[in-house]
Amino acid sequence: MDGDGEELTAQETALYDRQIRVWGADAQRRLSKAHVLVYGMKGTIAEFCKNIVLAGVGSLTLIDDRIASEEAFSSNFLIPPDENVYGGKTLAQLCCDSLKDFNPMVRVSVQKGDLSSFDVEFFNNFDVVVVSSCSLPAKKLANEKCRKISKRVAFYTVDCRDSCGEIFVDLQDYKYSKKKLEETIECHLRYPSFEEALSVPWKELPRKTSKLYFAMRVIEKFEEAEGRSAGEVSVADLPGVLKLKKELCAVQSLNESHVPDTLLERLVTSTLEFPPVCAIIGGILGQEVIKAISGKGDPLKNFFFFDAFDGKGIIENISNSNA
Amino acid sequence: MASEAIKGAKVLMVGAGGIGCELLKTLALSGFRDIHIIDMDTIEVSNLNRQFLFRQSHVGQSKAKVARDAVLKFRPHINIKPYHANVKDPEFNVDFFKQFNVVLNGLDNLDARRHVNRLCLAADVPLVESGTTGFLGQVTVHVKGKTECYECQPKPAPKTYPVCTITSTPSKFVHCIVWAKDLLFAKLFGDKNQDNDLNVRSSDAASSSENVEDVFVRRNDEDIEQYGKKIFDHVFGYNIELALSNEETWKNRNRPKPIYSKDILSDELAQPNGNVDKKCAFDDEFSVSAMASLGMKNPQDIWSLKENSRIFLEALRLFFTHRGKDVGNLTFDKDDQLAVEFVTAAANIRAASFGIPPYSLFEAKGIAGNIVHAVATTNAVIAGLIVIETIKVLQNDIKSYRMTYCLEHPSRKMLLMPVEPFEPNKSCYVCSETPLSLEINTKRAKLKDFVEKIVKAKLGMNLPLIMNSSNLLYEAGDVEDDMVAIYSANLEKVLAELPSPVTGGTMLTVEDMQQEFVCNVNIKHREEFDEEKEPDSMVLSGWTQHVSAPENKDKPAANNGASTSGASVPAAESDEISIVSPTKKRKLTDVPNAPGNEARNHQDELQVIDDEDDLVMLEGNMEGFKKRKLS
Repeated sequence: MDGDGEELTAQETALYDRQIRVWGADAQRRLSKAHVLVYGMKGTIAEFCKNIVLAGVGSLTLIDDRIASEEAFSSNFLIPPDENVYGGKTLAQLCCDSLKDFNPMVRVSVQKGDLSSFDVEFFNNFDVVVVSSCSLPAKKLANEKCRKISKRVAFYTVDCRDSCGEIFVDLQDYKYSKKKLEETIECHLRYPSFEEALSVPWKELPRKTSKLYFAMRVIEKFEEAEGRSAGEVSVADLPGVLKLKKELCAVQSLNESHVPDTLLERLVTSTLEFPPVCAIIGGILGQEVIKAISGKGDPLKNFFFFDAFDGKGIIENISNSNA
Repeated sequence: MASEAIKGAKVLMVGAGGIGCELLKTLALSGFRDIHIIDMDTIEVSNLNRQFLFRQSHVGQSKAKVARDAVLKFRPHINIKPYHANVKDPEFNVDFFKQFNVVLNGLDNLDARRHVNRLCLAADVPLVESGTTGFLGQVTVHVKGKTECYECQPKPAPKTYPVCTITSTPSKFVHCIVWAKDLLFAKLFGDKNQDNDLNVRSSDAASSSENVEDVFVRRNDEDIEQYGKKIFDHVFGYNIELALSNEETWKNRNRPKPIYSKDILSDELAQPNGNVDKKCAFDDEFSVSAMASLGMKNPQDIWSLKENSRIFLEALRLFFTHRGKDVGNLTFDKDDQLAVEFVTAAANIRAASFGIPPYSLFEAKGIAGNIVHAVATTNAVIAGLIVIETIKVLQNDIKSYRMTYCLEHPSRKMLLMPVEPFEPNKSCYVCSETPLSLEINTKRAKLKDFVEKIVKAKLGMNLPLIMNSSNLLYEAGDVEDDMVAIYSANLEKVLAELPSPVTGGTMLTVEDMQQEFVCNVNIKHREEFDEEKEPDSMVLSGWTQHVSAPENKDKPAANNGASTSGASVPAAESDEISIVSPTKKRKLTDVPNAPGNEARNHQDELQVIDDEDDLVMLEGNMEGFKKRKLS
């Protein structure tokens, strides 16, 4: 837990002054040694990248081979809307160019490839892996690969649909310290993998579990069953989605009122991200990643939901023990 | 529907700092096309960790203008109009405010927030207000007649300390900082004509004040080394000895230890001129540094008493040798390295006398400069919430308005907690017409005291006008020449002796033309005041007392201010904060359960943000960063 002994430079102290006052110099040193990988460069991830580049992580690697299109920059401020600039470039390249400029002390780079094609060795290069806008099987697979590495790799998934957002966190076996009154106490949390969390029977979850949790699972399943990529749904899919919801609720013995049709309708109708929600989810995710790297403060376990409709930002603990 | 409301909206942002940068970006991405932005500040290095529209190369430039240019790069076809100006400037009057559909505050001080609140009330434009400190933040919506105004809840007063705690009996490091900054620094380098309590308590019993006064003045031929040691021995040695001679004071306290330079720096005294490196060259006056001069680098280090003493003497010397022209008119500035070094060292030496643990320069700077913790993530979250509320305001979706708290620790599983806004406080002196009452000694207090301590400091007026029934007593701003003399004569007069005398029972009308804000003050004459508890010798009361009036019993909004001792979460963003005294509990008691609104069901026990310790949980040994100031 010591800060490795190295001192921050005068330049770092001046630049990071205000945040060192929040999390301390040793946390700042740990941040500057952390390597972060993100996959899927949409608006929420752009917000997240901005936050951790400003915070001063050691390096950030971006993956997204999709070629920039008009839809891509609707909620992504890292992509200049000038076709002469974005034409022919991948989203990862464009975001990398912008992010480099934010903080010269952070190494930002691009990696090409599909998430599923990377092996365990590749993930071993990182301390934090964040994936977005990809299929359910791809998320599970990436999570499992991270779990095979002997050091702890913090794994996150994040997605925003319409005015809703979801974060999943897997810190595996996580020890951290927190200040309680004058004392520093050591805490220990055990996280389930994405797969394990999703396999918790719905009827075992508390009655007040966020409706978004169930709705997101229904949409995810629908996309998987139909062979769609993430977010590739429209209002035309609503009947299919509602049918799947009925089936899932029946199998899981969950009252259908926990997955309101109106919520599902919102989630399939508008596939564009809502920029204020990107800012909120990207902000919360940034904070969580900083906590996980610095080992300071209570991390959230293990889902976070935000819906602009009711304005609530809720933490749900969805794990086998539910402890 | 939402997108039409957004496209047609004309919004005013006040502040282009931490929240402002995030907000401007999110507004632009969300489809807003006409945004005006006011900020008087220029960009500093310590902004760059979170104000992401700014780069190193922009340091020194206008925040509003650079923010505009940066956002136009990813949204080239929208209109952003920057004003590098103070929102309190007269050009931003009620008519200016009336052109906007909504005003969004991302401010860093109470004064400006109150000013904007009044203009929004006068112009009848909705205000979305916000603030952050560390991981905490809040967004509130203020719509005239519909929800409470920004000033319906009394705001916590800036923290002040009894004078004798500072001058004679410090028990915390912050007391030493206040002493070093507001007394010693001001005495040595500030305006000589300012009142200064540095010696009053410790010496008036023993020697005439004129003699003591001489100690601080450097004689023309006086060697700077000798002068420094003389000051050192006087304030850390002699003054402590004097204080010790007052046995009564130390009956129940630990006795302080006098410190003399010869005891600390005995080895260096052997050398004729000390051992500081006088060849050290500095680029400009703001890079003059005692740390650099002594080869000390890490601002996080905690210095020994000897190191503090060397820094003290070296900083004092450098002020006279390198910044001589500043001496006599300096005020403490947290960005003045040499001033921070001097204050840190002086506070630490004083702390050593009183058995208080020392602090690093980094920490001392935070305390002395009232520096607020700030991170990008909280500002981003808050900006997102502001835009969500703004869209509701534009759609006039009153039922959906929420104030939202961003918490560090979840409360009932929530990190972002929305709460229904309160109704206007019927006895708010700002948005209702409730008179205030003022206890004051009308035979002793001058009109000037009333203007400074009440009208400006408490009522937050910028350009006040004061009337006693139909007689004008005072008016600030542009007035005719013949009136200037009358007003300045009035200022010096005791209230009871004004041309139209102000005595017990008088009702004064105080008005700010720019804010279009009027309030009435009932004067109550009172002879005596407690010097420590009521240092202004005036007690203003009114809207806080009235709140639990019986007719308000079933009006929850009126209740919430009265039944709690404190105010809401007065989070605030950025550097020059004037109040950030975080987190008095705000219990949302007696809030009606709106049918079908599950958010309301458990609010009896709902408490927004707990105790102060939570705030600084990651930096446990730093005290709260409140405004600390001698009254």
